Amino acid sequence: MSNAPLLEVRGLNAWYGESHVLHGVDLDIHEGETVTLLGRNGAGKTTTLRAIMGILRRRQGVIRLRGKDLLSLPLHKVAQAGIGYVPEERGIFASLNVAENLVLPPNVSDGGMSMEEIYTLFPNLHERRSSQGTKLSGGEQQMLAIARILRTGARIILLDEPTEGLAPVIIQRIGDVLVELKKRGMTILLVEQNFRFAKKVADRFYLMEDGRMVNSFPGHELDARMDELHEVLGV
Amino acid sequence: MSTIFGIPTPALYGQILIGLINGSFYAMLSLGLAVIFGLLRVINFAHGAQYMLGAFAAYLLLTYLGIGYWLSLVLAPLIVGAVAIVIERFMLRRLYGLDPLYGLLLTFGLALILEGAFRHWFGAAGKPYAPPAQLTGALNLGFMFMPIYRGWVVVASLFVCIGTWLLIEKTRLGAYLRAATENATLVQSFGVNVPLLLTLTYGLGAALAALAGVLAAPIYQVSPLMGSNLIIIVFAVVVVGGMGSILGAIVTGYVLGVLEGLTKVFYPEASSIVIFVIMAIVLLVRPAGLFGREE
Amino acid sequence: MAVGTQYLAEQPKLRTTSLVLGAVALAGLLAAPFFLYPEFLMSILCFALFACAFNLLIGYVGLLSFGHAAFFGGAAYYTAHAVKVWGWEPLTGILFGAAGAAAMGLIIGFIAIRRQGIYFAMITLALSQMFAFICLQVPFTHGEDGIQGVPRGHLLGIVDLSQPLAMYYVTLAIFLFGVFAIWRIVNSPFGNILKAIRENERRAVSLGYRVDRYKLGAFVMSAALAGLAGGTKAIVFQFATLTDVQWQMSGEVILMTLLGGIGTMIGPMVGAGLVIALQNYLASSQFPVTVLIGIIFVICVLLFRRGIVGEILELMKRKPKGTI
Repeated sequence: MSNAPLLEVRGLNAWYGESHVLHGVDLDIHEGETVTLLGRNGAGKTTTLRAIMGILRRRQGVIRLRGKDLLSLPLHKVAQAGIGYVPEERGIFASLNVAENLVLPPNVSDGGMSMEEIYTLFPNLHERRSSQGTKLSGGEQQMLAIARILRTGARIILLDEPTEGLAPVIIQRIGDVLVELKKRGMTILLVEQNFRFAKKVADRFYLMEDGRMVNSFPGHELDARMDELHEVLGV
Repeated sequence: MSTIFGIPTPALYGQILIGLINGSFYAMLSLGLAVIFGLLRVINFAHGAQYMLGAFAAYLLLTYLGIGYWLSLVLAPLIVGAVAIVIERFMLRRLYGLDPLYGLLLTFGLALILEGAFRHWFGAAGKPYAPPAQLTGALNLGFMFMPIYRGWVVVASLFVCIGTWLLIEKTRLGAYLRAATENATLVQSFGVNVPLLLTLTYGLGAALAALAGVLAAPIYQVSPLMGSNLIIIVFAVVVVGGMGSILGAIVTGYVLGVLEGLTKVFYPEASSIVIFVIMAIVLLVRPAGLFGREE
Repeated sequence: MAVGTQYLAEQPKLRTTSLVLGAVALAGLLAAPFFLYPEFLMSILCFALFACAFNLLIGYVGLLSFGHAAFFGGAAYYTAHAVKVWGWEPLTGILFGAAGAAAMGLIIGFIAIRRQGIYFAMITLALSQMFAFICLQVPFTHGEDGIQGVPRGHLLGIVDLSQPLAMYYVTLAIFLFGVFAIWRIVNSPFGNILKAIRENERRAVSLGYRVDRYKLGAFVMSAALAGLAGGTKAIVFQFATLTDVQWQMSGEVILMTLLGGIGTMIGPMVGAGLVIALQNYLASSQFPVTVLIGIIFVICVLLFRRGIVGEILELMKRKPKGTI
């Protein structure tokens, strides 16, 4: 059973209203792995995360976590099954202060980080714990969005473009955090446009185009495939 | 006898007290409306009917089961809250995601059904409901005599409002509520059972209305239409305060109640429309309401 | 929701059918008083016009007014007063009522269009309630009694309206005029801009339209036409009372429109006919009318939000294409 993936996606189709946006997506993530989805804007990366999570409800196919079907579960049960979601827009609540934002997501299993651990990892959040959530800088908001999932004991975390719009120093900090999480055995599904950042943490890459998975390769092949990637991603 | 602006002071204080009492009901009802609207995006037109149901529940509990005021203060909100939960589960839930006007129309229909049915069964006339023995009589405040029950209503409503505010601002459940008001999907994606939260919120809002109804029973009598005119005034209160703020809804309720009471002293003919006039002025000056955020 | 008319315009065959249907309906209306009580028919015509006027606002601008009773009932008071106290000729009295309603529409509309959606509904409700309180207190409305015994008089000094048939055909003419006016408004360039605002207000703003002015214009027209219906009702039934200015009346006209089909040309008429017929039928029974109206509201909102006519049009539209 050790070869069975932690999260298994097979033939996933999804629709926004009438428009068919995912076409048979396959994806495997093993325990402790960090997997990164690459692709142009609109290729379906965020949609894949939202479909796995169940935020996007019109889906067909198979989504299993440790062999357990997720497709039929209501949204809140998916989180309770052990998946944490950090959306692209970060989703910090303006009517909650930093500490309230941090403790908002309920625990889904034991083994989440304690508040001390979190404040050690993110000292800024401790300093600003009584500020309004949306008064934080973009980087701090991103830290907060990640931190609040770490508290819950989720075994796998879906991270949507955590470095978008942030300064290099902050990106560096977030990279360090992800490396630390990997060390602790966290499983991560990352959507990222920033190659250099992704290269530092990713074990494997998937390449998406027009709602399909077009390729996948191990992390160390990234440099060798740069030309191919530039063509697909158009960067 | 002393006077202020030619008005004898006892009359002035008396009207301010009546204004405070009306304001207590405006505050409790607009608070419930704001909580429901914040999360469900539904203007609960049945709020007035639920207030009436609370008063009737107390009246019926007393008449048929001999259950008195104090127990009714707990039981009536529970009963009406349970009815509201059924309404949310089987009807309101189907309208989420549609134009919020449908929620208004559905709850309007429900209000008509409830009020029509009670009028059919019990007639339009008000039924007296005696205040509990512990709260009868009057207190000499030095400058006026205050019926104890009226003082109790003002104090009790303050407790209810502050309690609800604390529940929303200071508890974990309240944090879920505030967060879900901003982004319900994200809160649910964290593992919070948001559909259940919606049900409970509607139940809580209706229970608040019912509690106000029990408090009102000894003052206004129990009648099927006691809620329908009140709810329209409360709508105006909500428009003045803006529904963005819980505290704003409470404060606006009390202030408008007192202003209405004062109008009764100085220009009685306008007392029934003063709140609507204030609403119109606020809309012209600050369309989002005094505590509202521009959408 | 204006699907109805646009769709007809695009389908020549249906257009012919609807012209034929319209001719049949007109013949039916002309012959109706020989088979049914004229009073009953006139009541339907007044409310049908009221519902069509209300629908102009919700169906084509997307604004739910919860205060249209103020215009309907207000106009009834103005007309009744002008005819009874000032001795005006009935048609002039009705026009005076409509003008009064338009003036009220200008004031209420000016305040209410500052907010949208749900707030707009609450504000119109509150302002019309304020008007109802004023009507209760000012002397000319005679409080709880209302203005009673309004003479029907002679139309233009010639036609004796105390004759039921004469009154009926005058009411029918006013109704047809009102519906034609609404049809013209909806299908004018002005009406198209209204629809554009309903579909996407921001876009309309960015195209340079003074959206608030268009909304206010539509609001005033809707109020004037509701007033036309209310004034006519005051002449037909020879009284004006508080019933017509209260919020229950605003609720009833919403129900008629919702039941028939919001945004369709004939839906509100069908809805008005059904509701009035039901009320007439129930008047002799024990069953409380309010409860039934509430039940119809709940059923409409939960099960067929397009209304009867809207659902039929939707079926006709789907059939040739098949389901998606």
